[in-house]
Amino acid sequence: MPKEKRLSLPDAIERFIPDNSRIVMGASLESVIPFAAGHEIMRRGRRDLTLIGPISDILFDQIIGAGCVRKVQAAWVGNVITGSGYNFRRAVESGRLETEDHTNLTISLALRAAAMGVPYLPTRTALGSDLFKTNPGLKTTTCPFTGDRLTAAAAIQPDVAVLHVQRSDVYGHAHAWGNLGISREACLAAHNIILTAEEIVDPEVITSDPNRVVVPGFRVSAVVHTPWGAHPSPVPGHYNRDHQAFLDYREASKTPEDFAAWKAEWVDGIGSPADYAALLGRERMARLAIREHDHSEPVDYGC
Amino acid sequence: MAADPTRNAGSDYTQADLMVAAAAREIADGEVVFVGMRLPLLGFLVAKSLHAPEAVGVYELGIIRESLASEPILTMGDLPNLRRSHWLADTADMMAILGRGDVDVSFIGGAQVDRFGNLNTTIIGRPDRIETRLPGSGGACDLACLARRHIIIMAHRKHRFVDRVDYITSPGYGDGGDWRRRVGLARGGPSAVITTLGVLRFDPDTREMVLASVHPGATPETIQNNTGWPLRRASDLQTTPPPTAGELAMIRRFDPHRYWTR
Repeated sequence: MPKEKRLSLPDAIERFIPDNSRIVMGASLESVIPFAAGHEIMRRGRRDLTLIGPISDILFDQIIGAGCVRKVQAAWVGNVITGSGYNFRRAVESGRLETEDHTNLTISLALRAAAMGVPYLPTRTALGSDLFKTNPGLKTTTCPFTGDRLTAAAAIQPDVAVLHVQRSDVYGHAHAWGNLGISREACLAAHNIILTAEEIVDPEVITSDPNRVVVPGFRVSAVVHTPWGAHPSPVPGHYNRDHQAFLDYREASKTPEDFAAWKAEWVDGIGSPADYAALLGRERMARLAIREHDHSEPVDYGC
Repeated sequence: MAADPTRNAGSDYTQADLMVAAAAREIADGEVVFVGMRLPLLGFLVAKSLHAPEAVGVYELGIIRESLASEPILTMGDLPNLRRSHWLADTADMMAILGRGDVDVSFIGGAQVDRFGNLNTTIIGRPDRIETRLPGSGGACDLACLARRHIIIMAHRKHRFVDRVDYITSPGYGDGGDWRRRVGLARGGPSAVITTLGVLRFDPDTREMVLASVHPGATPETIQNNTGWPLRRASDLQTTPPPTAGELAMIRRFDPHRYWTR
């Protein structure tokens, strides 16, 4: 029998995300961003973290605002529907935050390289750009076969990947559906994988559709039951994107004082998914809930 | 926006409407379109619902759509954009489509652009003396490097249209001529810049930006005054046609609360 990996969110973060950790999260870009896990990192006051991700939306801005982050390796940090991430701006412009500028493709390749155990992977993106000046993990190289000029993206090896999924069993076998972003390479590259899941299900539910499994269960370190754990980002089959939360956050992050008030309400005062649900309120949750279900046809794996 | 002299006060459309319509017209039927954030999101939907029904939408999150979503979306990750789509996959899969050269056109926005169409969305200032930190590339650099052509959409202001960008996030034509080939870029480059004031294109030899079309309400002089270098004008300078009733109807359908097109 495999080992049960179910932990509480505080236990999972305490055990697998110490200070100085290199964490990849928000790997599905705009969807299924593990906000609950990020907020637990903030509550625990972690320091000197390195955040790794593609576009990250507002989660990185929040963790940076809480003073937990020393370095960001990402393609984009901000608020997708409004633009700037104000905490990110303040931290970079005051020299408190180190950045390595990637593109969505180079961050994917950097993680894929680590997953494959090779020092870099080549690509034709970024040639002629200034990303080479602000990212020591990108260099130009010459193809040994064709002589072509290429970009080499150095491997990025995260300590931990945090992934939010729709359902997992207690052993870390999990189904994720929707757009996957760079989730697969993020998990395959990381030493540890923490799954936060909307639902905990029987192992038979997962093995009924192995094509929908996002990452090998034996590589997973912790499974945390976290309903609404990706709010305000969308989770297919569970809830829609809460645009108002992103608009409100823009206003709430314009000054450090406003951000502190936002954090006190939405992060510091939350001890459990039930607390978060109470803060969200039944009406808002009903508004975000799936209005019209649309189930896929089952597939047949029989023999 | 109310104080903007180029706003067409008496008309029933906004600058953003005109930019979306102009973006939509850049898409030909059957093309594979790598759809960016914000106004381009609408431009693709307008094109797809009017003159380019066979256009295919590729989204960096890992989504391919050959049909319109069943309801309006504010951003590409909204669930209606995933539901009944034609492929949900990895970002790396979308980048493979881009890398092989199968993307005909893509759209990107920017904070700063220069006369050769290089785009900056990373740093105002210098890397060792940052004045303003912007969000970064996202997928924009990948699109500018690997799509067969890309279109830039941005506000036309003097501090945004500069002789030389502070930082090249997304390469245009570098310092002109055959620069892209020299740095190793196999294809592509910007084909148009759609601004709040006009549409600009690029000289086929020098690769310098040329004013091609002036939006109603703007003049070549206001455009020059908002551009940080002596801007060349096309010999057949046009006036941008206003959005048609059909285009406006589609823009209102896809942006019903006028979040992007106020």
